[in-house]
Amino acid sequence: MAQLFHPGANNIAKASLVLAVILGGSAFYAYTQIARSSYLTNQYLEKQQPVQFSHRHHVGDDGIDCRYCHTSVENAASAGIPPTQTCMNCHNQLWADSPYLEPVQASFRDNKPIKWERVHDLPGYAYFNHSIHVAKGVGCSTCHGQIDNMASVYQENTLQMEWCLSCHRNPEQFIRPKSEIYNMEWSDSDLTAEERSKLKVDYKIRSRELLTSCSTCHR
Amino acid sequence: MEELKRVQERINPPMVEGHHDYASVTDKISDITLKKRTPFGWFIGFGIAFLLAQLLLMTVTLLFAQGVGIWGNNQPVGWAFPIINFVWWIGIGHAGTLISAILLLLNQKWRTSINRFAEAMTLFAVACAGMFPILHTGRPWLAYWMLPYPNTMGMWQNFRSPLMWDVFAVTTYALVSLLFWYVGLIPDIATLRDRANNKYFKFVYGLLSWGWRGSARHWHRYELAYLLLAGLSTPLVLSVHSIVSFDFSVAQLPGWHATIFPPYFVAGAIFAGFAMVLILCIPLRAWYNLKDLITDTHLSYMGKIMLATGLIVVYGYAAEAFFAWYSAAEYEVFMMRNRMISGPYWWSYWLLIFCNGVSIQFLWFKRFRESSFWLFVISVIVSVGMWLERFVIIVTSLHRDFLPSSWGMFAPTIFDWTMYLGTIGFFFALIFLFVRMLPVISIFEVRTLLPDAKVDRHGHDHDHDGTGSVGS
Repeated sequence: MAQLFHPGANNIAKASLVLAVILGGSAFYAYTQIARSSYLTNQYLEKQQPVQFSHRHHVGDDGIDCRYCHTSVENAASAGIPPTQTCMNCHNQLWADSPYLEPVQASFRDNKPIKWERVHDLPGYAYFNHSIHVAKGVGCSTCHGQIDNMASVYQENTLQMEWCLSCHRNPEQFIRPKSEIYNMEWSDSDLTAEERSKLKVDYKIRSRELLTSCSTCHR
Repeated sequence: MEELKRVQERINPPMVEGHHDYASVTDKISDITLKKRTPFGWFIGFGIAFLLAQLLLMTVTLLFAQGVGIWGNNQPVGWAFPIINFVWWIGIGHAGTLISAILLLLNQKWRTSINRFAEAMTLFAVACAGMFPILHTGRPWLAYWMLPYPNTMGMWQNFRSPLMWDVFAVTTYALVSLLFWYVGLIPDIATLRDRANNKYFKFVYGLLSWGWRGSARHWHRYELAYLLLAGLSTPLVLSVHSIVSFDFSVAQLPGWHATIFPPYFVAGAIFAGFAMVLILCIPLRAWYNLKDLITDTHLSYMGKIMLATGLIVVYGYAAEAFFAWYSAAEYEVFMMRNRMISGPYWWSYWLLIFCNGVSIQFLWFKRFRESSFWLFVISVIVSVGMWLERFVIIVTSLHRDFLPSSWGMFAPTIFDWTMYLGTIGFFFALIFLFVRMLPVISIFEVRTLLPDAKVDRHGHDHDHDGTGSVGS
């Protein structure tokens, strides 16, 4: 009987076993990387806004407090996007004729809100409340990064569930005194681990079980 | 001497009848695949099964489009058909594993001519079973969430849940069964490769047989691998259905929360599995004229196993009723009364007792055990009975729970039925394809049963009755 396969086919068969392991392993590794990449999370992605508004200028150069615009951050789930009127508090005098500000002027004239592009977009099934985080000593920059350095705001973190849980499982690693909430230069190493653990007790932060319970975030 | 031979034959009847040698056995089995014209009945059978499988496809498409609301399950009966069918199918698979693994380790030669298609049956039944819980999740495209992988949610699965154990038990079972079946097939696929005339078939069988040439080294490795896989499968016969029973018994619902569940489920699984093996092999041996290889003795043995496991199952029913009475727990007593007498589903319980308890009593008699017709009828009744058993356990326990305000009724919709019928079609379509494309009986193992295979110590006078043990 004639040979069905060339003798080299044996080597192909053996190589295919090794190749299957390598390909499978690579595919698995690729998955773990792609799933966390900014391609899927929008991390570090700067969005084109309708107005060339710079947080670096307003926060970093001018030193305006976060709460001047995001007024409800201490009291409500949403930190709040300021109405055009807030802009006009200054800009009816400053740079009032600048072409860069024309969309703001137009919005004010026509009484139509500016359509800002949302940068941090949590899925609808995740419940998030700014006020409780601020009240328990989570500073702005812990999640949003150094906004005072961002000309155009981007998402500093992945906003994936594993990222949320990294703090909900060990909040004492990330909290700071309430007086430092709006401090953009704050670093976690500004306090010792003992001091942070004491803060956790003082601020009555709940147990790990409660913070990581399903219905804490998925209500 | 004649007397001795007759006694010997009664104790250890020949497993291959007629006058066969190596070549005739090989011809007989491989010709089904290679030489014979596909019988007209095959096309009819496959056609019906294939059409039913299309029904499954349509139902699943609708399910994806509309969600699980197309089924009849709703509170309080949230499990209903999908889980009934899951347990029914997974149970059917167990006979295949028992035949291939446990009977191999126990050196039961009669397993040889039925193990191949019983293993195929296991695989196809597990495929049908696996569909139900995945589709029952409602978001089947997220079914991979049940596997522990480094996900971006930073979460592990809930390892305390029996449903999670189920995932591992069934996946392991499917994988080991597939390996076992395939490894056992390799020498036979090589036989088909050598005998095929069509060069494309030669190529495909050649690829699948992984270069098997039947050298002593090949056989040595094969025997070792097969034995190891048998050892690996053996605990699975017991563990898989024990874990399936935990889905129920770990819950605190009266009617589910019973310690008898694991052994009683395992026995039920083997019971249902042998019924299905009989349903498959009785027509198979008639249509393909395989009565020499699958003999009446085989059928009779399977009847005996069905009787034994059936009696264990009946003991399980009795134990459940006894525990309910003996516990004197209000809810347990109510559940049992409701299930047997006062509830709206009382008929399903008594139908179940008839199917699984009464019908098998005929198997005490040799006349029924050796009649293909009656064995077939009893097997069909038992299959219905084992389906009813899961219906009774799931529906009658759920529809009347602790609070009368949450009581309700369950009625299946048309899509519950099309889904179930669809998987039956899918199962038989696969069986038909398997019969057409692969050796349905293990050729090389049957050859070891032949008189020719008997090791002749004295160098003369071959033992031609085929009863002798085989040197391996």
